[in-house]
Amino acid sequence: MPAVSKGDGMRGLAVFISDIRNCKSKEAEIKRINKELANIRSKFKGDKALDGYSKKKYVCKLLFIFLLGHDIDFGHMEAVNLLSSNKYTEKQIGYLFISVLVNSNSELIRLINNAIKNDLSSRNPTFMCLALHCIANVGSREMAEAFASEIPRILVAGDTMDSVKQSAALCLLRLYKTSPDLVLMGEWTSRVVHLLNDQHMGVVTAAISLITCLSQKNPDEFKTCVSLAVSRLSRIVSSASTDLQDYTYYFVPAPWLSCKLLRLLQCYPPPEDGAVKGRLVECLETILNKAQEPPKSKKVQHSNAKNAILFEAISLIIHYDSEPNLLVRACNQLGQFLQHRETNLRYLALESMCTLASSEFSHEAVKTHIETVINALKTERDVSVRQRAADLLYAMCDRSNAKQIVAEMLSYLETADYSIREEMVLKVAILAEKYAVDYSWYVDTILNLIRIAGDYVSEEVWYRVIQIVINRDDVQGYAAKTVFEALQAPACHENMVKVGGYILGEFGNLIAGDPRSSPLVQFNLLHSKFHLCSVPTRALLLSAYIKFINLFPETKATIQEVLRCDSQIRNSDVELQQRAVEYLKLSSIASTDVLATVLEEMPPFPERESSILAKLKKKKGPGAVSVTELDDGKREAGELNGGGDRGPDTASTPSPSADLLGIRSAAPVGAAQTNAVAVISHFHSYPFIPYLSCCLSASIPALFCGLSLHPCPVLWPPSSAPPSEDPAPPLSEADELLNKFVCKNNGVLFENQLLQIGIKSEYRQNLGRMYLFYGNKTSVQFASFTTTVSCPGELHKPVEPLVEGGAQIQQVLNIECITDFSDAPLLNIKFSRYGGALQNLTLKLPVTINKFFQPTEMSSSDFFQRWKQLSQPQQEAQKIFKANHSMDTEVLKAKLLGLGTALLDNIDPNPENYVCAGVIQTKSQQIGCLLRLEPNAQAQMYRLTLRCSKDTVSKRLCELLAQQF
Amino acid sequence: MFEVMKFEWAGRSGLIAFRSSQSFVCCLISALTKAGTTKTCQPIKIIMFALVANQKVVRDWPCFGVVLGGSFLPRGGYTVLLFKMQFMLLFSRQGKLRLQKWYVPLSDKEKKKITRELVQTVLARKPKMCSFLEWRDLKIVYKRYASLYFCCAIEDQDNELITLEIIHRYVELLDKYFGSVCELDIIFNFEKAYFILDEFLLGGEAQETSKKNVLKAIEQADLLQEKSHSA
Repeated sequence: MPAVSKGDGMRGLAVFISDIRNCKSKEAEIKRINKELANIRSKFKGDKALDGYSKKKYVCKLLFIFLLGHDIDFGHMEAVNLLSSNKYTEKQIGYLFISVLVNSNSELIRLINNAIKNDLSSRNPTFMCLALHCIANVGSREMAEAFASEIPRILVAGDTMDSVKQSAALCLLRLYKTSPDLVLMGEWTSRVVHLLNDQHMGVVTAAISLITCLSQKNPDEFKTCVSLAVSRLSRIVSSASTDLQDYTYYFVPAPWLSCKLLRLLQCYPPPEDGAVKGRLVECLETILNKAQEPPKSKKVQHSNAKNAILFEAISLIIHYDSEPNLLVRACNQLGQFLQHRETNLRYLALESMCTLASSEFSHEAVKTHIETVINALKTERDVSVRQRAADLLYAMCDRSNAKQIVAEMLSYLETADYSIREEMVLKVAILAEKYAVDYSWYVDTILNLIRIAGDYVSEEVWYRVIQIVINRDDVQGYAAKTVFEALQAPACHENMVKVGGYILGEFGNLIAGDPRSSPLVQFNLLHSKFHLCSVPTRALLLSAYIKFINLFPETKATIQEVLRCDSQIRNSDVELQQRAVEYLKLSSIASTDVLATVLEEMPPFPERESSILAKLKKKKGPGAVSVTELDDGKREAGELNGGGDRGPDTASTPSPSADLLGIRSAAPVGAAQTNAVAVISHFHSYPFIPYLSCCLSASIPALFCGLSLHPCPVLWPPSSAPPSEDPAPPLSEADELLNKFVCKNNGVLFENQLLQIGIKSEYRQNLGRMYLFYGNKTSVQFASFTTTVSCPGELHKPVEPLVEGGAQIQQVLNIECITDFSDAPLLNIKFSRYGGALQNLTLKLPVTINKFFQPTEMSSSDFFQRWKQLSQPQQEAQKIFKANHSMDTEVLKAKLLGLGTALLDNIDPNPENYVCAGVIQTKSQQIGCLLRLEPNAQAQMYRLTLRCSKDTVSKRLCELLAQQF
Repeated sequence: MFEVMKFEWAGRSGLIAFRSSQSFVCCLISALTKAGTTKTCQPIKIIMFALVANQKVVRDWPCFGVVLGGSFLPRGGYTVLLFKMQFMLLFSRQGKLRLQKWYVPLSDKEKKKITRELVQTVLARKPKMCSFLEWRDLKIVYKRYASLYFCCAIEDQDNELITLEIIHRYVELLDKYFGSVCELDIIFNFEKAYFILDEFLLGGEAQETSKKNVLKAIEQADLLQEKSHSA
């Protein structure tokens, strides 16, 4: 061992480092560094050529300064110069500088690559290693381009020194990671695989990392490595601790290589060859046996190395998941570690057991450790260990132990670290739902959850409890009673108020018989919380109040009083004010029958994936989900929700909040002109009677929006699939009906003796939303009611298949204008009346191109300038036609405004004429339009002229408008 | 932690390194939007549409993906590669960084941010705590030797205990080379600490685990050094 001379003669460097260390303050340090940088700069720029030693010294100083955290913007050239020095130490410093401070300056990269090339071909193993280290450290694409073909050759050449082979293997690995396309193994594959048989353990250790990475990507090509790896492993495992000389680490033979071999095997399924498999199982058993032997050394390194192999072997056993015997043994071994005095081992045992819990062979064995794990959750001093314990409890939970585990997790929540509370809450909520045998237990659990950790209970959790209570009538009474009791606590969490408000509003009547929870008591209890709550909660409470008026007419006066007071009816928050006003009005004008219908109990929610599970998946990322999904697959039955829709494909279910985004993006892009309007619907149904729906649809959905905006369109029961019969051709009067809506957005689209279809629509730029109200005018139910919107050949979506007699359902269509179009989308409606024939009618949806107008105000000069610009013959469309309707000025103005354009005054020299301007917004472009309408009152004629930047639009608008006047 | 993806589209190729598949989708979407989606190949389109709804979440992710090159679209699938050890840091009890080795491409700014955060986290831990901790998407394995903390970041599926022993072996190498190493040796001979590390670990993987062999390599280099000095 050579004596280490500090700084290797670079005295200047040592002095500089001492100086920096002696600096008393940050400022002094910066001052000293700036002085040094100035010095180095002047040295590099100076006329006198620097000798190699000085260059090395200064480059080293720069490196030191950089590593202190300061920026270095020069010296790269000097470092590159050092690379071509024939003095090893200068070369070494040059390479170090390049490795640490590489910079994608292409000029420099070329020079660096040149120097590397020289060193690689120098046949001096030390220089070759330096060059390879540099490539591995930098690993840029340019380097891959330059050396990816050269390095495999070095790796497998017979005369390459072992140390160079090692560097070459890992260097190649790094290049493969950066630029897999440039590293072509082809002809080298089998020779690389055979490095597993190399005499030199170091070569095997380095090569196996490369082989593992390559087999992950091309498992078939590298398949032969399995048997080689097994035999190598078996030789190591069975060797005595002294056989491998320096590769024995604290009496453990080749721990790194063993781990890497076991890891490589995890890229493949269990070996098919019986002999190979037998040998491997033997190895794994030996490893498990060794764990039981008394330690050969008291040093922690010995046990760490030994256990590293053991854990890797257990990973392989879990990966195979086919040897029940090994799985159970692994579980027992981990069980011992659960009570080990080493924190590290306890941590790893908990973590590893989590994966074991998902195997059907070892699930039961894992469950036997429940007491130890619970104890760990309570007593571990390190939060990361407690977190692992919580994870394991979650993983080992099933029907048999759910109550115990949930109870323990709940009690842990009271003292849990803030960092993990939210996740714990989600887990408790999921377990409670998944393994609930009686719903009262479920409701209790969730309410406890809110009580203990209300702040961490996300919306999804309380939505879910409400969904379940609404869908399960056997638990409604109990839920009402329990929330009522929970609300009596002097301080309760806002989430509790939300749940309480919702549930009492729906099911308060179920407990009203008890004088202790009479309607007024319930109301007063809820209202006592009102003023402490946030706006959304208050809005919810207001809706609960109106529901109370319906449930308990005796509370009407009290509640109206509350609604009438200034703090409600004049509330500065628009939403609250609107609700107060509307509810007050509703309660005073509507008859009890009407109230009862409007405020009917919420219909059951469609069964779907639990929103909390989706949230947990998102939170934990795909890795953590696999455990849960395995669980689901194996123990599917008995979910509270009964939904089997939890397959692996649900991992990507859009979150509720992102729902709209998801739908929007699914719109066909660049569709042909004729089906340019993408109509997307999002359906909600509320059992309102027709005339009230307009006033209420704005506020009731707002109340329940959190619950109804879940991704639902795809999950509607398949039974509502439309009848196979073809849609009828459009009604003869369809065009006429369409024309009624050119200048207005709301009204009745269609009516016959059975059905009335009302429309409300709003447009903004290129987007629109249309509410369709289907009213059943008869007293009998419509069955298999389906509607299909096609813009020709487009999307269709199911509607609630039943429309009760006298009822109305609502459908919402979201519309996006992709490009200009002339044909309106078609709406096909099919339904059968009880005993009657199938009704099949097709209408045109009143979506016309002018709906996407944005009015444009402009001056007279602007107008005429533009008018002249649009002077190509096809840009203009003109029509002279007889007046069909009144020529009254006000009527005309209203129509032109309804068209969506700006009506411009004082532009046309003739004041009788009308001039309008607007821009049609489509997704792909904006189309400017100018309009001139010249009435001739005497002849009862009009002349209509349109000029648009797009000819098809002029024509279409002209056709549409000619029908309007 | 990092997934590196290479894409080729219309003859141009690019590389994207991402922290997660979600940010991948986010960046991919923006790349696609710029490139015009009509030529999107089918599988990616599906992935994109499946995940586009998560965009909100994506935006909240601390994404330090680097995008190199122009527009990207995969041709015939894409490759996802994982780096094993992400980086190694040595720092003192006072939080001074003594050595840093990065096995993933990151910007200087990002490196500084990670260092700052990690040093803080590790220094805050109590002596008897477990040597492993989850940090961002990574596992941190650390151990304290006298006044120095040795700290490695590894992938989720990597072996913690063997990493702990990698640290120990490195300490042994330093100890043997310097003869009972102390922090000062590493400060004044930082370049040697880097050279030894390169002989032992390359690209985040163990290159040579035999103590003798590593030291032999360093010894040889030192001999060359002396030769060149006397020459």
